Amino acid sequence: MSKIGLIIGREYFTRVKKKSFLITTILVPLVIMGFYAIIVAVAMKGNSSDSKQRIGIIDEAGIFSDTAIKNIDTAKYKIVTGETEETFVKKYKDQGLFGFLYIPKFNLNKPDGIVMHSQSSVGLSRTMAIESMVSKAVFLKRLQILGIDPEKYKDIDATVSVQSTIDTKDGSKKSIAGLAYIVSFACGILIYMMMIIYGTQVMRGVTEEKTNRIAEVVVSSVKPFELMMGKIVGIGLVGLTQFAIWIILVGILQSLLPLFMPDMMQQMGGDGATAVKSGIMAQVSEGLSTLPLLKIGFLFIFYFIFGYLTYASLFAAVGSVVSEDQQEAQQLVFPILMPIILGFVIMTRAIDAPDSSMAVFGSLFPLTSPVVMMGRVTYAIPIWQIAVSAILLIGTFLLLTWLTAKIYRTGILMYGKKPSWKEMMKWAFRKQ
Amino acid sequence: MNLLELYNLKKYFATQKAVDDVSFGIQQGDIFGLLGPNGAGKTTLLRMITGIFYPDSGSINFNGKPFNTLKDAEKIGYMPEERGLYKKMKIGEQAIYLARLKGLSTADATEKVKHWFSKLEMQSWWNKKVEDLSKGMSQKLQFVTTVVHDPKLIILDEPFSGLDPVNANLIKEEIFNLAKNGSTIIFSTHRMEQVEEICNHIVLMNKGKKILDGTVNGVKQEFKENIYQLKAAMLPEHLMTDVFEVVKLNNNQLLLKLLHESKPNDVLQYFIQKNIQVESFTEVLPTLNDIFIRQVEGTETARTFQHIN
Repeated sequence: MSKIGLIIGREYFTRVKKKSFLITTILVPLVIMGFYAIIVAVAMKGNSSDSKQRIGIIDEAGIFSDTAIKNIDTAKYKIVTGETEETFVKKYKDQGLFGFLYIPKFNLNKPDGIVMHSQSSVGLSRTMAIESMVSKAVFLKRLQILGIDPEKYKDIDATVSVQSTIDTKDGSKKSIAGLAYIVSFACGILIYMMMIIYGTQVMRGVTEEKTNRIAEVVVSSVKPFELMMGKIVGIGLVGLTQFAIWIILVGILQSLLPLFMPDMMQQMGGDGATAVKSGIMAQVSEGLSTLPLLKIGFLFIFYFIFGYLTYASLFAAVGSVVSEDQQEAQQLVFPILMPIILGFVIMTRAIDAPDSSMAVFGSLFPLTSPVVMMGRVTYAIPIWQIAVSAILLIGTFLLLTWLTAKIYRTGILMYGKKPSWKEMMKWAFRKQ
Repeated sequence: MNLLELYNLKKYFATQKAVDDVSFGIQQGDIFGLLGPNGAGKTTLLRMITGIFYPDSGSINFNGKPFNTLKDAEKIGYMPEERGLYKKMKIGEQAIYLARLKGLSTADATEKVKHWFSKLEMQSWWNKKVEDLSKGMSQKLQFVTTVVHDPKLIILDEPFSGLDPVNANLIKEEIFNLAKNGSTIIFSTHRMEQVEEICNHIVLMNKGKKILDGTVNGVKQEFKENIYQLKAAMLPEHLMTDVFEVVKLNNNQLLLKLLHESKPNDVLQYFIQKNIQVESFTEVLPTLNDIFIRQVEGTETARTFQHIN
């Protein structure tokens, strides 16, 4: 079949050679990463520059006035004495204060009525810092009233962490629940997005060929089925290429990161930071090693390919029956998008409860299984479930392709009015 | 030898008998005109010949053997009425792609495309995109992509629409050349003057049925109405005779129709007897346009939707 190869080649190269392909493939992840870098940078910077202007405290409740309790950071706060809330409102700006905190006399068991005055709105992190500072002061005051030494309290206070361990045939391994969650979610969302993005591209391509009337020229040389499959496969290969480029990009970034990181580490200051950081790195790589990466990779590729193929044939059928009118396309696309979105919803649940009946159903039902299975992929899935799910998916792909090819064949040569559902069904189930 | 033979072709759609029992043959090297009003079933018939549609019943012989969609598609070049090209693809690349779809190797395709491009002075277009072309230019490109693989059968649906007279002539010349070199050409059109000029064999379709089949001359002879044009130095106001009746009299020009069994000589005799100097005397054959209109007249101009069981 050299002709279907030709069609695949055309579909693939015209897309890959386009500038927009390079931009979306390379630039988008870079932009996203850059975005995160900026967020991190802003967050880090925010911590240090937060305290440029101090905040005054009028402490009528006396929770800070006890000299025995020294928990005020004088670089950030200043105790104001001899003022009331009303009088100080007019003065704090002239004293170079960002604002002031008014703590009225209150019942220590029910501390309320605390007000923050400022000229501009107070940031979330600052508010949280103030709240925790006041809470701690109230807490210490209460300890004092109960006659407990704060130092002693610190000694008896306990924090424990639970290390989760997965027992496999190769022995037990440490695992990180969060990491498995992230991997599942990332795989699911990638398949979800790829099915929609590339499915839509198939639809657009088919509609373009139809409205340009090139379809008529091409199907006088090749079978309509070859044209349809050539387009679907070609665009699918574009998707796989994009994955490959992303994987390479991540690899490059990871090897480049240490070159930039030491600098950042030092900015974060303190010798503890690097230790914590390398600790996290070690934890992540240890956690990754506990995941069945090979299995995940294999299932991901399998479900991407067949999920994409199944939906792409549906998208192609829709593309073949509509004309330029985008609204028509949207109406017809909606029923196709529904199971994909449903799959996504089930997937988010399946991550939390991988063995729930909904998750099992979702990962077997062929229209949702490509996405839902990703939600369960980091857990042990019974082998029969994978087998049934795979067989159902491949079977659905074959059946749908067979039916949609017939709609496609009629649709690409029909101009004018959009056919009704009934007519399309008739085309799909016609014998010839 | 007939290159193409159609036997009792039928194609019914849900609400239309698009092609209803049509048979005819086309000789190798013919320039064949497929005529008919809008909706006569021409496009459906052509789509069956190109293998895009399967007939509901009937059969097609190509080159003496039953038509094989896949193998014979490479020997057919089809230019649909609505032009189809990839707008965003470069022109040279596109022409080569379409030629390769017809079974040419890359090297062959490149060579032939280049040959045609230089023939029609299109070399400078190579790296342009179709969306940069004017309608007439893309028409020329479409023509090249249709004939580039040296098809035995070339099907052209309204090939001259959108072309200026210079380019139309250029294409017309190429069509004659192709026919001379043994290609068979099917024209589908409703521009009668082109058909008279180019075609030697025509079929007229209406409402899915063939209503006329023959050579251009044969058809004209068949539909002639014994009308002659006569020029004379002086013509009397009243011509009373049972040899002919006057269709139109205009100064010294007379359009007349023979009556009964009279022959052209009887007319001349009449004028000679009257001592009227005849300057010219020719038969006026109906134009294809007249025949077309007469044949199609009286039927609904647009097809109505029928119920088909």
